Amino acid sequence: MIRDITLGQYYQTDSIIHRLDPRVKLVATVFFIISLFVVNGFTGFILAGLFLFLVVKLSKVPFKFMVRGMKAIIFLLLFAVVFNLFLTPGEPAATFWKITITWEGIRLAATLTTRLVMLIMGSSVMTLTTTPNNLTDGMEKLLKPLKYIKVPVHEVVMMMSIALRFIPILFKETDKIMKAQIARGADFESGNLIKKAKSLVPLLVPLFISAFRRANDLAMAMEARCYRGGGHRTKMKPLIYKTRDRIAYLCIFAFMIGTIVIDRIFPL
Amino acid sequence: MNIIKTKKLTFEYIRRDDEGNIEGITRAVDEVDIDVKAGEFIAILGHNGSGKSTLAKHLNAILYPTEGSVFIDGKDTSDEEHIWEIRQIAGMVFQNPDNQIIGQVVEEDVGFGPENMGVPTAEIWERVEESLRAVGMYEHRKKSPDRLSGGQKQRVSIAGVLAMHPKCIVLDEPTAMLDPSGRKEVIRAVRALNDVEKITIILITHYMEEIIHADRVFVMDEGKIAMTGTPREIFSRVDELKNLRLDVPQVTLLAYELKKSGLKGLPPAVLTTGELLEALRI
Repeated sequence: MIRDITLGQYYQTDSIIHRLDPRVKLVATVFFIISLFVVNGFTGFILAGLFLFLVVKLSKVPFKFMVRGMKAIIFLLLFAVVFNLFLTPGEPAATFWKITITWEGIRLAATLTTRLVMLIMGSSVMTLTTTPNNLTDGMEKLLKPLKYIKVPVHEVVMMMSIALRFIPILFKETDKIMKAQIARGADFESGNLIKKAKSLVPLLVPLFISAFRRANDLAMAMEARCYRGGGHRTKMKPLIYKTRDRIAYLCIFAFMIGTIVIDRIFPL
Repeated sequence: MNIIKTKKLTFEYIRRDDEGNIEGITRAVDEVDIDVKAGEFIAILGHNGSGKSTLAKHLNAILYPTEGSVFIDGKDTSDEEHIWEIRQIAGMVFQNPDNQIIGQVVEEDVGFGPENMGVPTAEIWERVEESLRAVGMYEHRKKSPDRLSGGQKQRVSIAGVLAMHPKCIVLDEPTAMLDPSGRKEVIRAVRALNDVEKITIILITHYMEEIIHADRVFVMDEGKIAMTGTPREIFSRVDELKNLRLDVPQVTLLAYELKKSGLKGLPPAVLTTGELLEALRI
């Protein structure tokens, strides 16, 4: 059961969005999210929706993969909608018994839903079209200026990519330890929450020990292969901007400015 | 010039209690002198705790001698200045295949060493291709290491070392965690490197079958070199090996027992089934 969990929900296919430089996609996602929050009226949301639809079409990722990410936030969404609908003061739209729904509430709930849905979908497009590797590479390059204020960017990114590499290994190991403990009569399923949490101790302790051991081994293997931090390194797959990346930057910039301006001029 | 030379190499593990007082000293390697010529295939044999892995870690400047010295290609390992050169000259492959693969894609892992050395991008790609071809893993270059078998993972690890263009590769029990077919795969790759690329190989193992092809064998026990010689010489001393708690290959043991019970005409040591058949036919 544990094996079903996949991290980094990369969808493999070949599209113009897949081929874009990860830095472009990271920046575009940030710009897209910013414009979602700057925009107030539905004109802006419609424009953003169109843009998103276009990008999804270009990425050739089936729509159902986009929606998949939504399942995780469905409760959050329902919660927010319900509270906004019923608890926003204003002009009543409908009244049942003691509960009043206001026009302002409807508007707020709709704004919130659109924002959240588009936010999740927008960032899904990035994770679905970029390999975790590419993503960390892009982050390393983008955050490079932080080096001057003594942020160890290379080291942090290296840690992230090692973590990504070891996640499947540790999952397999968890599975193995779990089975070994179940074979000896451990019970992970029954009892209340506290009991369940307690029953995880015999699972977590060996897992941690083994993780430390692996870390030790890995550090030695890395040193044996001349790893000594970021300074001397060259890149096997350096990130180089191509024409399409520059065009993409222009597009996303034009989109952001355009959406915000049009939203202000024709509020809906 | 000898590629590896140790002079009275001694290494002690110091165990300390919680307050930092010395509790005990374990001498893992005890005054070991070895000389290895470039291009040799050396096997180091020994049961668990005989000090063979500790010795191996000295050859890559991961551990430094407590006493004595180690020279790799004429460079002293305890000299901080040469450490990165030494690690490039003497590459190291470890036991657990999962714990030494850094990349999430085979080719990226092989490129890790050259990246660290500051090799230009175009040359990294050349090196990666040539090393992956040398171990027969080129067609798997785009795969995730998680999808490979143990033997394949170890071959990727070897390619990762090979891409750094070492003169010598130290393999610290590379087959201990593999199944028999994976073991064969790895040993075949290692032999090919020695034959074709003339890379010096130091193979540390406790599987006897794997040392048959070595030029010379060192048997270690309690931190000391207990026996040296060609595999044939070593295998003719079955009783000594048994005293060192090492298993002799079944064929060798069979030939030895046959000879002991009076069968004439057998050579002093039989290494393969073919040899025994040949000898028995006469």
